[in-house]
Amino acid sequence: MNSSSSPLAVRLQGVRRSFGDFVALGGVDLDMREGEFVALVGKSGSGKTTLLRILAGLDSPDVGTVLVPQRRTVVFQEPRLIPSKKVWRNVVLGLPRSAENRAAARKALEVVGLSHRENVWPATLSGGEAQRVALARALVRQPKLLLLDEPFAALDALTRRQMQTLIGELIENFQPATLIVTHDVEEAILLADRIILLREGHFAHEVTVDIPRPRRVGGAVFDELRLSLLQELGVDE
Amino acid sequence: MTASTTVVESSRPGDEAAVTGLITPRVRRQHQRPLVLTISIRGLSVLGVFVAWWLIARHVANPSKLPTPLEVYHNYGYLFSHEDLWGNLGDSLQRSLKGLIIGGSIGFALGALSGLTALGEESVDIPMQLLRFTPFLALIPLFITWFGLGEKPKIILLSIACATPIYLNTANAMRHVDRKTLEASRSFGLSGLRLIREVTLPLSLPGILTGLRFSMAISVLGLVAAEQINANSGIGAMLFNASGNFDTPTVFCCVVVYMLIGVCFDLIVALISALALRWRAGVAAR
Repeated sequence: MNSSSSPLAVRLQGVRRSFGDFVALGGVDLDMREGEFVALVGKSGSGKTTLLRILAGLDSPDVGTVLVPQRRTVVFQEPRLIPSKKVWRNVVLGLPRSAENRAAARKALEVVGLSHRENVWPATLSGGEAQRVALARALVRQPKLLLLDEPFAALDALTRRQMQTLIGELIENFQPATLIVTHDVEEAILLADRIILLREGHFAHEVTVDIPRPRRVGGAVFDELRLSLLQELGVDE
Repeated sequence: MTASTTVVESSRPGDEAAVTGLITPRVRRQHQRPLVLTISIRGLSVLGVFVAWWLIARHVANPSKLPTPLEVYHNYGYLFSHEDLWGNLGDSLQRSLKGLIIGGSIGFALGALSGLTALGEESVDIPMQLLRFTPFLALIPLFITWFGLGEKPKIILLSIACATPIYLNTANAMRHVDRKTLEASRSFGLSGLRLIREVTLPLSLPGILTGLRFSMAISVLGLVAAEQINANSGIGAMLFNASGNFDTPTVFCCVVVYMLIGVCFDLIVALISALALRWRAGVAAR
């Protein structure tokens, strides 16, 4: 989609954050437009998660401007479901109790393919199922900004592929601005409109992905992009 | 759910109008609370109790029924010189520690048995629950006929009372140690006593310490009952006798002594926690 004319969904200006002597973010600027999918890649400790937490409102910068939509949701690395609530109640966590929200939960679970599990305890779910519930929980609020913190890192390769396809479809339908933090360069190319490479708290590299959707791994453009990103990350193949 | 402004005019990049509808999130940050503030608030809360006490004693209550804090303070001088408060305190502490150690050990051992194995739970849980609801105050005359008037019935009474809170909390904490953590530890070859010592015990320690705190309190409060047996020494006997004689200042003195013992016991638990539960710092909600 052409998002360059859409309204702004995120504006970061001069955002700095340090923990003691460690500078996690050394002054970053980021604009995201509605419907845009941005992937943030970088090594461990490069500041990816700090940036995501600031966008989520879980952390605040030492200096800098943060402007985000009111309605934003996060899918964390682990599912973070409330073990004492049945699956569907986890999906509507924090929403008012109403028949509408109950129906919305049912629908969101249907979308992630878990209708048959809506009345079980989270402890009985598999890792992939739990993460899909976390995704349903994030989507049921119809966020303007969807934040994904390595949401597939703990999943097996097959489930990860399914989840990536699912996320791609969902975002096509719901059109939130989406930021995904990932280690996986292929995942970034599969999903994102724009890939930003973070190195030691600074944006070191930025590419726009022009491959038409739906995308699949492989092909000349894909491989070239993958190689250049890996080189930027300092990984030799 | 708070609805955000959805009608935003499409505009060129950098245009200020494009930013409408966006907000700066308000962040819930964890602050390191200044130590001075923490201590002052805690101190003021204690002072508040004393001020309330003093106000009620001066302006509301009948002076013969509720002494002021100052009267209670002066009464200590009398109790130290004429009633051997130190000696009585020593006797009492010895009894409660004996009860705590004997009862606590039994409670802990049975709790571990019940928490760790199904067979253990099946064997000891119902008897322990029955014991928990035994009205041992009413059994004091029986205790005297069984065990005489000496130290024995007092220690046994306190031991029984101290066993159940530790039992209950130990069993519960050990039963609910995270299954996945145990599974991982087993897969690395930990088993038996070593698994218990290195994983189960540390992870259930918070619960066990809660049980210990309950048992500590009961070991002191139980003195009031235990020292009714041939009430000739101990802080519980002093309280029991003073209460019977409507000697209100002495009753208050004893209550305050109980509280101070409680504070000391809590400090001991806090010390154990500080040493053994350092791993919890990044886990707790605050």
